[in-house]
Amino acid sequence: MAFRDGPFENIKVPLAWTAAVVVVVAIIGAIFLLLGDRTTSEGGSSMGAARGGFEAAAGPVGGVFAAPVRWAGAARDYVGGYFFAIGENRRLKAEIVELRGWRDEAIAQKNINGRYEALLGLRTEPAVAMATGRAISDARGPFNRAKLIDVGSTKGVRIGNPVVTEHGLVGRISGVTSGVSRVVLLTDVASRTPVMIERTDARAMLTGDGGDSPRLEFIRGAGSIQAGDRILSSGDGGGLPRGLPVGVAAKGVDGAWRVKLFSDHGAVDYVRVLLFQTFGQLVSPDALNAPPLAGLATAPEPNAAEAGAIRDAAARRQTAQQAQAERARAAAAAPVTPAAAPSTTPNAARPATTAPRPAVATPPPAPVATPTVPADAPGGAA
Amino acid sequence: MRRPVAVRVVGPLQWIVYPALVALAATVVLGTPIQMFGLHLPEPVIPMILAFAWPLIRPSMTAPAVLFLVGLFLDLFWNAPLGLWALCLMAVYGTVLLSRNLLAGHEGLVRFGAYAACTLGAFLLAYLVVTMRAANAPALLPLIGQVLPTLLLFPVANWMLERFDDGDIRFR
Repeated sequence: MAFRDGPFENIKVPLAWTAAVVVVVAIIGAIFLLLGDRTTSEGGSSMGAARGGFEAAAGPVGGVFAAPVRWAGAARDYVGGYFFAIGENRRLKAEIVELRGWRDEAIAQKNINGRYEALLGLRTEPAVAMATGRAISDARGPFNRAKLIDVGSTKGVRIGNPVVTEHGLVGRISGVTSGVSRVVLLTDVASRTPVMIERTDARAMLTGDGGDSPRLEFIRGAGSIQAGDRILSSGDGGGLPRGLPVGVAAKGVDGAWRVKLFSDHGAVDYVRVLLFQTFGQLVSPDALNAPPLAGLATAPEPNAAEAGAIRDAAARRQTAQQAQAERARAAAAAPVTPAAAPSTTPNAARPATTAPRPAVATPPPAPVATPTVPADAPGGAA
Repeated sequence: MRRPVAVRVVGPLQWIVYPALVALAATVVLGTPIQMFGLHLPEPVIPMILAFAWPLIRPSMTAPAVLFLVGLFLDLFWNAPLGLWALCLMAVYGTVLLSRNLLAGHEGLVRFGAYAACTLGAFLLAYLVVTMRAANAPALLPLIGQVLPTLLLFPVANWMLERFDDGDIRFR
């Protein structure tokens, strides 16, 4: 009798059953984890502690693999610099000649802009501090587009900070540990970024879908976008600074408007984290709901002295309005002077600036301001 | 005189722990941010091999538990919703475990068909979960870009089955 036909054959059923029990328990556990993992209002995860602990451990490991890649890239650039030096030199000279004109124009525009801002009393946005980091790991799947970078809370990075390269916006910080941060890219399926079309100032929502070119949704206004328009961050909602370059609008094969990201122009290896505080981080809800503001809706009743002052002010205001209306009526009923009479000559067609009022043969009745609040209304005009 | 035969025991360390560690290491290596000629490294779901091969090799309590942890590792490493890949891998494991008697003894195209069906089912489940959570459907092109490399890993799953199926002589 073969060994497989022996009593061990009976082991098969209980093993399969016990394995099935473990599978069912694991599936239930996974479902509970899925239901419990929610995105917080700041853009982080409700499982932030678990993710943070993992990323703190995974960061150095990813750094070990990313370092040789970085060294190889630096060596390639070093060698390539020798081989392509002459062509590069010619190209840069031509670029400098072109940019000199732009530089002069930028200086002039900056001067004019500064004067306008001073005249209008505009409150300009302050400069934003930055922290530079390197990408050490990458998730490129359809369900998640994210990167680990090697800067963390020790350099001031916080959840929600925007991340840019020298080309444009890349994404936002979604998790922070002391030395490693997680960046959710603009292309992630859960990413939503308020943007604007530079040419028309129209607003839209940049929605990632796991592909390289995220969609533009909720575009405001008909004909407000065309292929080639530059897309910038709008700053709506206070989550991002206004005017960060994002990409160029293009029509997708599915007919939807999409954005070719500027950050795709080169490898996203070195990034800068803008230490930009969102409105939600600058202002706490408790401060907004503090008694001075909250008390506006429930002002106390005025006492006798305050009510008397209110009535007095209302009576004075009504008297002044009646006197003004009387003066206007008297001026309208005044006799017409010959100097101000209408003339048939072309020169007299223009209104005489020295005349007190343009005279007409039959003056219409002057509008009389009627008081809308009775004098004895308690506090009605206050 | 009969010579003693060296008995090589293929225990859980050989067919569960080492393959799981190799799968995790390969996932971390493929997560390196390299871009050459505008192309990135592929990002297959390597533990799909384990989810398909382990229940066919032998039903076990350790294997699904380890697979669950591997799924959680993927979720944390890729910043996916926690539990997404754990659920999808366990679904594959459970399906193959249920159809074990059906698949046993088959090789070649039938086995690849089963692997492809399991892979597509897992990705469909992940697609539905992500779509419901984000209220936004992922694009199909990057989805294909992850499904294809995962399907191309079938020879590794096949090798694991050939290597470990019926490998423990205590079960003969």
